[in-house]
Amino acid sequence: MYKLLLCWRYLRTRYIALASIISVTLGVATMIVVNSVMQGFTGEMQNRIRGAISDVIFEARSLGGMPDYEMHADHIRKIAGDRIEALSPMVVVPAMLNFRYGNNWITRQVDLVGIDEQSQSNVSDFGKYLQHPANRQAMSFDLHEDGYDVRDHQSVAEEAPERKQMAYAGWKHRREAARIRTFQRQYLRTEKKAPAPSATSPSADPFAGHSVVEENRFDPAQQQHAGAVLGIALTSYRTPEGEDRFQAVPGDDLKLTFPTVGQPPKAVSDSFTIVDFYESKMSEYDSKFVFVPIRKLQELRGMIDPTTGVGRINAIQIRLKPGTDGEAVRDELRKAFPPELYCVSTWRDKQGALLAAVDMETRILNILLFLIIAVAGFGILAIFYMIVVEKTRDIGILKSLGASSRGVMGIFLGYGLSLGMIGSGVGMVLGLLFVHYINEIADFIGWLTGQPVFDPSIYYFHEIPAVVLPWTVFWIVFGALAIAVLASILPARRAARLHPVEALRYE
Amino acid sequence: MSNAEMTMAKTRHDRFAAAGTEHVEHCDQLRTIDLHKSYRKGPVEVPVLRGVDMEVRQGEFLAIVGQSGCGKSTLLHLLGTLDAPDRGEIHYDGRRIDNLPATERDHLRNRRFGMIFQFYHLLPELNTLENVLAPLMIRHGTWSFLSRRRKYRSQAKELLEMVGLGHRLKHRPRELSGGEMQRAAIARALVVQPRLLLADEPTGNLDQSTGVEIIRILRALNLQRNLTIVMVTHDRSIADQADRIVRLVEGRIEE
Ligand SMILES: Nc1ncnc2c1ncn2[C@@H]1O[C@H](COP(=O)(O)OP(=O)(O)O)[C@@H](O)[C@H]1O
Ligand SMILES: [Mg+2]
Repeated sequence: MYKLLLCWRYLRTRYIALASIISVTLGVATMIVVNSVMQGFTGEMQNRIRGAISDVIFEARSLGGMPDYEMHADHIRKIAGDRIEALSPMVVVPAMLNFRYGNNWITRQVDLVGIDEQSQSNVSDFGKYLQHPANRQAMSFDLHEDGYDVRDHQSVAEEAPERKQMAYAGWKHRREAARIRTFQRQYLRTEKKAPAPSATSPSADPFAGHSVVEENRFDPAQQQHAGAVLGIALTSYRTPEGEDRFQAVPGDDLKLTFPTVGQPPKAVSDSFTIVDFYESKMSEYDSKFVFVPIRKLQELRGMIDPTTGVGRINAIQIRLKPGTDGEAVRDELRKAFPPELYCVSTWRDKQGALLAAVDMETRILNILLFLIIAVAGFGILAIFYMIVVEKTRDIGILKSLGASSRGVMGIFLGYGLSLGMIGSGVGMVLGLLFVHYINEIADFIGWLTGQPVFDPSIYYFHEIPAVVLPWTVFWIVFGALAIAVLASILPARRAARLHPVEALRYE
Repeated sequence: MSNAEMTMAKTRHDRFAAAGTEHVEHCDQLRTIDLHKSYRKGPVEVPVLRGVDMEVRQGEFLAIVGQSGCGKSTLLHLLGTLDAPDRGEIHYDGRRIDNLPATERDHLRNRRFGMIFQFYHLLPELNTLENVLAPLMIRHGTWSFLSRRRKYRSQAKELLEMVGLGHRLKHRPRELSGGEMQRAAIARALVVQPRLLLADEPTGNLDQSTGVEIIRILRALNLQRNLTIVMVTHDRSIADQADRIVRLVEGRIEE
């Protein structure tokens, strides 16, 4: 009983000890915040990676690919059919992307992916990342009249800036661009050819013939090339205010150049029309992928068997039923197909290095922060030692009244424990509050310093993702408590071992 | 002292007598045999007690006088089992107590002995009432104390009223005068209903009249409750109030 009472009284009267516990509080709060934000980032990233590349990928090792999709798909279904939700074929090839921006041609290095527009959205979140609502419902490589999202549909925050250029993307933009180009061409031509109108008039006939050809020629105001879905970062950049500016929008044309499957491969190129943007918010993907219809790509690369009409493919994306162990399916497929020809991997394998790096980073941060709490432990130790010295006489009194050494030790251990509880409890509350209001706090600090804490032009999220895992919080608080108790063991033992007579004589 | 405890003490005496501890006189409650104690100061050993032999009878008020530094406190600490002698024995109720294990000594101090000191030694974080209850809180765990709290509080209040502190229950020690603190300390010593009170210069820090007041209280307790008191002091006039006075000179007792 006296232990509790004295503990309580020491807590109430020794504010210096509370000061020593502040570092524990801050340590706990920081650890909770850091872990939550890291968890938020990792979770977000994992979702996006998984959404972008499906659960399991079955790839051919050569660029030439595997000859028959149906045959392979059947075989895969035979092995793991009960666990598979959907399959989709894919042709992947490195490519060069060119598009016009003003008077310049801009070049980008991309991964060109031929996909099946029907099944692609079944195996990955591909559909969800598109900018036209109709495409999100059912993907199509046809250009829409208009109606592309002006607001980022994936952003929860209302304050994400509008993408004004998207308002007139689509056929509207295409027709307008075509009109301007025709006008420019005519204007330039008339200007150039104005001094010699008579020189061309004798050749009126071939001109007429030419105009007949022009009738059948591609009319950009009415027609589109094969559709292409571009990673959004390929043609856009983000201003420091977080607004996206586009160098090309749906409706614009572009050129893609890539190798054929011939021996040796040759470069072929063709024109495509941007029909939508792909925004997975993983900048790595958004600045790398261009999706085109698989059949078109197969034709251009010469992947179609002239006799059967069956196209070769590079890879099969597999989406598993929820709760399925991807690693198990991968291993079974690895056993069933010769590893010299096929490579099977899960989404985790694909991004293993990145995920491991983030993991590592979190772990190191945790170790550093925990060391801070451990340092705080030494502060507690020192202050406790002082308190025990200060309380020497009281310890003597207690012993003269019949308190045992263990009882005296209990007072100070209990004191350490309660201080630890206060410290880590307050730290926990602070940390959780911080996480809850993290975006407001980031805005406030940004406003205060004039420098945004969380720069949306660097990250593809508009706000800081944070996920609190109860077990993580538990272990952090537990660790801090353990340190507070450990730090009080030494002073408490000293108190317990004090000789009562010495203690009573102590002035 | 309650009747029950009286009879208990009696039966214990009888039992010890029956067990044949023939050298223990029947009325001796406390007895020391050839007590030696010295302190080590670096390499030299400073002897303080050099063979203390004395007996204290049940219900006696004994005063031990001696100059400052002659070892009075040391002797009292040995009697109260706060320290162990280098040589010699201490018997309480016929039982040797100086070599008991720590838990039994704690038990003895908590239930049988009351101690008061020159510097009062109240706990500064607790108020008067809580200080008086401290030995009972030490004796009981939280629940068993709380379940008896009502009874104990009224006991403690009664004692505080008896020593004239009924109006100072909620005061902290630093808000009390020296005489009041010593009276609180007496109440604390009495709350466990001890059979032996050890007082180390209880008036040493008090002015003459307050000191006399304290001694009056002790004398009354001795008479009314048949409480055995061993008091050490360097003040002859204070010692004169006792039944018997012995002198501690050069580490030995002189009648
Ligand atoms: N811990 C100690 N170490 C060394 N000497 C001590 C210690 N405690 C007491 N002494 C010495 O023992 C002697 C007796 O002390 P004490 O019993 O307090 O005397 P009194 O109470 O009669 O004034 C003194 O000379 C004192 O200096
Ligand atoms: Mg003394």
